[in-house]
Amino acid sequence: MTTASIHTTREGGTLVAKADGRVDGANAREFQDDLTKAIEADDQAVVLDLENLTYISSAGLRVILMTARTLREQGSKFAVCSLSASIKEVFEISGFDKIISIQDSQAEAVAALND
Amino acid sequence: MADNAQKILVVDDEPDVETLVLQRMRRSIRSGEYQFVFAQNGVEALERLQSEDDIDMVVSDINMPRMDGLTLLEQIPKVDPNIRAVIVSAYGDMQNIRTAMNRGAFDFVTKPLDFEDLRVTIDRTLRHMAEWRDALASRDKLVAIENELDVARKIQQSILPTEFPSGAGYRTFGNMEPARSVGGDFFDILPLNDGRVGLAVADVSDKGVPAALFMMSSRTTLKGAAIGHNDHPGEVLGEVNDLLCENNDSAMFVTTFYGVYDPASREFDYANGGHNPPLVVHPDGSSDLLPLTDGVALGLMPDLPYERNSVTLSPGDIVVMYTDGVTEALNAGDEEFGVERLQETFAGHPPNGCREATQAVFEAVAAFAGDTPQSDDITCLTLCTGESET
Repeated sequence: MTTASIHTTREGGTLVAKADGRVDGANAREFQDDLTKAIEADDQAVVLDLENLTYISSAGLRVILMTARTLREQGSKFAVCSLSASIKEVFEISGFDKIISIQDSQAEAVAALND
Repeated sequence: MADNAQKILVVDDEPDVETLVLQRMRRSIRSGEYQFVFAQNGVEALERLQSEDDIDMVVSDINMPRMDGLTLLEQIPKVDPNIRAVIVSAYGDMQNIRTAMNRGAFDFVTKPLDFEDLRVTIDRTLRHMAEWRDALASRDKLVAIENELDVARKIQQSILPTEFPSGAGYRTFGNMEPARSVGGDFFDILPLNDGRVGLAVADVSDKGVPAALFMMSSRTTLKGAAIGHNDHPGEVLGEVNDLLCENNDSAMFVTTFYGVYDPASREFDYANGGHNPPLVVHPDGSSDLLPLTDGVALGLMPDLPYERNSVTLSPGDIVVMYTDGVTEALNAGDEEFGVERLQETFAGHPPNGCREATQAVFEAVAAFAGDTPQSDDITCLTLCTGESET
């Protein structure tokens, strides 16, 4: 049984979505729906905080990629932050660290997007 | 008459039954709830069932000339197994009622007919049939999905090499064990000119038919590009990446490792597009990971550069290429198999040849996972650099 959940907070025009649990092929679609629902069209910037994510598969990376694309299309900025060592490794191996902004902490991510 | 009226076939040899039914059920008929059709015996009933395929249920007497109700019960499923029948029997005629039920009657009512009871029985039968049809429709949908997965599985199997080329100074062996829900791993072995060989291992990010089709085009473009520019593995990945990025609205991607081995120089020239780094296992069982080349998974963004890297292998080295189905296999304690366990598999037990190396990986993962279901495809492709020169 794999589950992941998303909790959101807003600071000004920035949405901070904190994900926890595990995202793999079995629940990637659900994770995508939750993330899509959380984001509103007038969010200027979105930070996805992965501090409490224990695992992400390639299906989960795809959700993050689609989110990044959607946000780019609506003219919003996007970053992920607070990656654990194992999640960071997944981003590095797949090369996602080269196409998605990765920040060490939530504060740095919010600051970077509001520059 | 409303089109959605439930059509009920009443079978009875007494001529006044038709008049009685039409009169007592007139309100339900006028409201469009029921529509009645009549037959005087089993033979006529079967003829009607054959000529009118919209009859929902049958209400039949038992004793009739030409074909009785009990025989009719046996014949109905041959016309349509989804039609339900209610039998009308004399009060207390337990023997015939038992026979009818054993032959598949859904229910029975007794004579003289109590029309209120008949109405309740008809409603109950029709309700059951509606649920039955829903269940059948759901089953059909499931079958369609299973068929779709089967198509995906066949596409995946059809593109995997079934023969493992070997040349002067190298041997290869590969295997892929698909997960129950079709994933998207593939591998390929491409003998190139001048005695070199190209090796690819890849993992598509999604599952099902779309992923299988994406895998198919990844494999085809990779093969085309590999044969086109076989001097630069990075350029091969760059070309495949650009082609896969065209019209890729679904944001699918494929992590791909591609390497070219030249047995003459024992040089292994490779580029890594977001894939797990392969392992080089030495003859003493120790091993090293091939450094990443900072490449991004293919299909994400066009015009990306793909760097190459080159290593010179020693005689007896084995390159173990795999997908994350190996390193991310879980055991009962939710632990991942991981790269360290993969290296331990060979430490102290240097495999004798490619087939043995590949099998050792599958056996180690299976022993680790135990009864934990396999959630991803497991792929392992190995390249052996000829015999040690002693």
